[in-house]
Amino acid sequence: MRKGQTVPPTSERTRTRGAPLSLGDRLFAGSATGAGVLILLVLAGVAAFLVAEAWPALTASEDEIPGGEGLVLYIWPLLLGTLLSATLALLMAAPLAVAIALFVTHYAPRRLAAPLGYIIDLLAAVPSIIYGLWGFSVLAPQTVSPSGWLAENLGWIPFFAGPASSTGRTMLTAAIVLAVMILPIITAVIREAFLQTPRLHEEASWALGATRWEMIRLSVLPFGRSSMIGGSMLGLGRALGETMAVAIVLSVSADAFSFNLISSSNVATIAANIALKFPESSGVAVNVLIASGLVLFVVTLLVNMGARAVINRRREFSGAN
Amino acid sequence: MAKRLDVSDLDIYYDKFLAVQGVSMTIEPRSVTALIGPSGCGKSTFLRTLNRMHELVPNARVEGKVMMDEEDLYGPNVDPVRVRRHVGMVFQRPNPFPTMSVYDNVAAGLKLNNKRMKRSDMDELVERSLRSANLWDEVKDRLNRPGSGLSGGQQQRLCIARAIAVQPDVLLMDEPCSALDPISTGAIEDLIVELKRDYTIVIVTHNMQQAQRISDTTGFFNLKAIGEPGALVEIDATTKIFTNPGNTATEDYVSGRFG
Ligand SMILES: Nc1ncnc2c1ncn2[C@@H]1O[C@H](COP(=O)(O)OP(=O)(O)OP(=O)(O)O)[C@@H](O)[C@H]1O
Ligand SMILES: [Mg+2]
Repeated sequence: MRKGQTVPPTSERTRTRGAPLSLGDRLFAGSATGAGVLILLVLAGVAAFLVAEAWPALTASEDEIPGGEGLVLYIWPLLLGTLLSATLALLMAAPLAVAIALFVTHYAPRRLAAPLGYIIDLLAAVPSIIYGLWGFSVLAPQTVSPSGWLAENLGWIPFFAGPASSTGRTMLTAAIVLAVMILPIITAVIREAFLQTPRLHEEASWALGATRWEMIRLSVLPFGRSSMIGGSMLGLGRALGETMAVAIVLSVSADAFSFNLISSSNVATIAANIALKFPESSGVAVNVLIASGLVLFVVTLLVNMGARAVINRRREFSGAN
Repeated sequence: MAKRLDVSDLDIYYDKFLAVQGVSMTIEPRSVTALIGPSGCGKSTFLRTLNRMHELVPNARVEGKVMMDEEDLYGPNVDPVRVRRHVGMVFQRPNPFPTMSVYDNVAAGLKLNNKRMKRSDMDELVERSLRSANLWDEVKDRLNRPGSGLSGGQQQRLCIARAIAVQPDVLLMDEPCSALDPISTGAIEDLIVELKRDYTIVIVTHNMQQAQRISDTTGFFNLKAIGEPGALVEIDATTKIFTNPGNTATEDYVSGRFG
């Protein structure tokens, strides 16, 4: 086989139907199917539990719900807080992840590239409580004076309306912590895609006299586009569900959502709110928290399914050939 | 347009591995030079030194001299990117940019070279390149469709159009027809013969009939021995190489009595 030729993709389906399977094949097929079914069962079980436990909250009257304005008005600001912090984290992490992935795959000398990849992966292994503590005691104080500056000079933008928090435990800080936390997974997905850019496509650019950056723009980025989207959505999914770090970092003191990122009055996120309120709740209040958890479950599921769909579409990216 | 290449004493390395040794040849402008030889003897490797693509392989390097008219391609102040803009290349497998339209594929090199080209000039150059590549009539109604939607032979002609759109001095082709059917191959061979009016063409091929049909000069590469580097055995007028070669190894190879 000469180089440059491809092996035709082999497929498990080439085996004719009904042909006898060996014992090993049958065992493997059986256990794989079993594992798949088990996962679906667990997922369905979780959903059933959430619905069952949330049910009393759905049927409760308005004044039984904490806050006294009904379930929807209780969860809605939390959902917005969740979406705001996660989206903000994504906006910070995704471009950085693309830059890191590009550096690791196409700029760094080989001796540097591998260790750098490792270090980024290691970030994923740090427990989220550590990130929370770091955000609380190191990052938050650092943000106080820049936040003051933002409030003073860019206060006309709703995001920086101020007054700036004096502790730095703001939405902005929480989003930065989240961004650091989701950086590894996004980077890993994108790096993988960039590494797989077909040499054929890269050479098409080189041969036209592209510089390295032009080659990346012509060949690497288009090939990696769906992975950039998919990886970002996976990261978003994680940011939505992150609990401890947000619960520690964010100073929660408001019931109404606002776009103000640097003030001391913030709504919680759904996950952080559950963590903070659960120990002291009883009765319907618990069901309310679980109902908010159900909402988070659905949103996260949708985001992850979207991410998977986008990533899988890349498989059909046959390229030129 | 159409420059002469003058290669002297070229040694080509992959890291410490000497892949090709001591190549010297002159490639005439406005002619087709075919490079033949058994697999692994370094034809592609040599071809890729002519537009400095070889050095994209980590630690790959070249010793010796390649002159394009008066310019030393490996001179100390020569930017490889600029060399590649003057020496186009077409690959074994068609490789249009898959997410780009037919039009954008042809225009890709133009946009790299000249960022502020007027739209009308661009349209004209794209049309001219597609016409030169004998593809215009087949794609003129679908310039905005993806280039990867064309047939293999059309894709390869699209790649040729893309390469000649920037009006290079030299066009390198590495087995451009080996992934194509006989009809598409014929179309591309006709095209190569037409293109040699304007370009210096170097083509690697495993197809002896093809070399005879389209080339003026043929160079035969071979491995000196198993484990030895590849080398240019002889280069001469195509008719001479195929009827009365100066070397018995060449004769064995072109007559199919090889190995
Ligand atoms: N990227 C690479 N790294 C290291 N060695 C390489 C690389 N590419 C090619 N070689 C080696 O260089 C030698 C020449 O290979 P080359 O691809 O130039 O041969 P070729 O004549 O084009 O063969 P074919 O007719 O099969 O295309 C071979 O020994 C090959 O193994
Ligand atoms: Mg080759």
